[in-house]
Amino acid sequence: MGPGLRRGDTERGESTMSKATYSPGRAIAAHAVLIAYTVVALFPVFVIIINSFKSRKAIFGSPLSLPFGDAFSLVGYETVFKRGDFLLYFQNSLVVTVAALFFVLLFGAMAAFALSEYRFRGNTLTGLYLALGIMIPIRLGTVAILQLMVASGLANTLWALILVYTAQGLPLSIFILSEFMRTVSDDLKNAGRIDGMNEYKIFFRLVLPLVRPAMATVAVFTMIPIWNDLWFPLILAPSEATKTVTLGAQMFIGQFQTDWNGVLSALALAIVPVLVLYLIFSRQLIRGITSGAVK
Amino acid sequence: MGSLQINHVNKAFGATKVLHDINLEVADGEFVIFVGPSGCGKSTLLRIIAGLEDATGGEIRIDGDRVDAVPPAKRGIAMVFQTYALYPHLTVKDNMSAGLKQAGTPHEQIERQVAEASRMLALEPYLKRRPAELSGGQRQRVAIGRAVVRDPKLFLFDEPLSNLDAALRVHTRLEIAKLHRDLKATMIYVTHDQVEAMTLADKIVVMNAGRIEQIGSPMELYNTPQALGVSGAKTIGIRPEHLVLARDGGRWAGRVEHVEHLGADTNVYLATEAAGLVTVRLFGEVYHDTGSTLWISPSHDRFIYRFDEAGQVIR
Repeated sequence: MGPGLRRGDTERGESTMSKATYSPGRAIAAHAVLIAYTVVALFPVFVIIINSFKSRKAIFGSPLSLPFGDAFSLVGYETVFKRGDFLLYFQNSLVVTVAALFFVLLFGAMAAFALSEYRFRGNTLTGLYLALGIMIPIRLGTVAILQLMVASGLANTLWALILVYTAQGLPLSIFILSEFMRTVSDDLKNAGRIDGMNEYKIFFRLVLPLVRPAMATVAVFTMIPIWNDLWFPLILAPSEATKTVTLGAQMFIGQFQTDWNGVLSALALAIVPVLVLYLIFSRQLIRGITSGAVK
Repeated sequence: MGSLQINHVNKAFGATKVLHDINLEVADGEFVIFVGPSGCGKSTLLRIIAGLEDATGGEIRIDGDRVDAVPPAKRGIAMVFQTYALYPHLTVKDNMSAGLKQAGTPHEQIERQVAEASRMLALEPYLKRRPAELSGGQRQRVAIGRAVVRDPKLFLFDEPLSNLDAALRVHTRLEIAKLHRDLKATMIYVTHDQVEAMTLADKIVVMNAGRIEQIGSPMELYNTPQALGVSGAKTIGIRPEHLVLARDGGRWAGRVEHVEHLGADTNVYLATEAAGLVTVRLFGEVYHDTGSTLWISPSHDRFIYRFDEAGQVIR
């Protein structure tokens, strides 16, 4: 190892040292706030999960007690698996979420690359137009969207949902990703051009790996509203074959009587896949941050 | 193996013209350096030669062939960037072979050329590492190696030493000079550092405000400067090393404002009535008290350059 390498190492070491102005008081305060927030945020989830393992009587008798002894019951999960085809609902939700996520990330990143990389007439205007969707809720256009889907024969198909969610996710993803792509070094892209890479290769091989943390952020922000959405599945694809989990769970909620065991069990199960997806992306996110020092 | 002609090249970004009718001839094997203040268009010109930017008008020829419409990868050039621009996810070896792989060069030939270049730049121990595991100087050597591997007609350097510390800068400068001697390749180099320009170049191209002001060998430029930059009044100029100081009489009086001891040299800054702050560079260790009054004279009248209102030299 040459002296040059060691010099580089100490430089990096010093810069991290100087950032860490450590004070125990401030750290404790920050942790207290964060822990309090975590408790508040996780409490409803906790209540759903414990109550999904309890009998109906126990749910209403002592909603906050843990599911032990007499209170324990799997009746909710039995109903979920007996009534309705929940495996299919899960599959539908997953297909819609993953496909929409894929298109949002792909087209969002491509549009962001074009906006940040190329100089063309109307660049700023196009960017503003694409970002407009962040401020205007897509649900305002529900009637028109429904007419469009019926006319094109896409009503009651998963494609209807995938297309709508892609449109819904694109504005924010373009906005966030184009900001990040501006930070990717021009020299790097030019080096690729001189080495004979075409623009697609530069995009996929050089730029995308460097904006991976931003992609993970966008993925999480896009995924959760799609998974949780009830509005569009109810309007565009309410058929038995295309029901999503959130829509499927609604069948336990009746006008006169609600099967709380079924609702809570369905919701508890619905948390699992989205949690798995989140874990995948958050690991990407952390890996992206730690490998971000390459430049 | 690599000559370059630039004929009447213009460049405008919208309404702002950044290059005005550039004409330049670079012979095979020459080391040409573009110098000038930032914003003078030297980097833009280099990017036009590389094909990363289109000229608004004029033509570029490499080895006599017009390349205006040829993509960068097909121009037979290689470029070294200020920020190294190594591919962060590839090893040193893959970084160096990326260009040849893209061009579909046979595997054995890539191996041979990478081995040759890494030997030349002493990069063999690092071939399996990633750029993040290298120091700045090593990264820039890899970037130079990546250019060498491609065996280009034309090497383009865009301020390659600006991100290195002083010691590494000298070291890498020597390495580039040696590379030029060994490869006998044509090199075009952009910098704002006069020392780099003086020490490396066969030919220096001085640029200012989008125009070429002067072309010549380093010593020609030093001895017969043609322009000062626009000053708006008749001015004379004398280099700091061509002035002498005396206590008891001379051409102009000045009060010592500050003295810099560099060891081998001493810079004395004097406030004069005739010309404001004047720098005098003296050889060796010289001591003067700040606030004392000294007399300045040129060591010889031929070292006085006179400039007109537009900053052009009067002969």
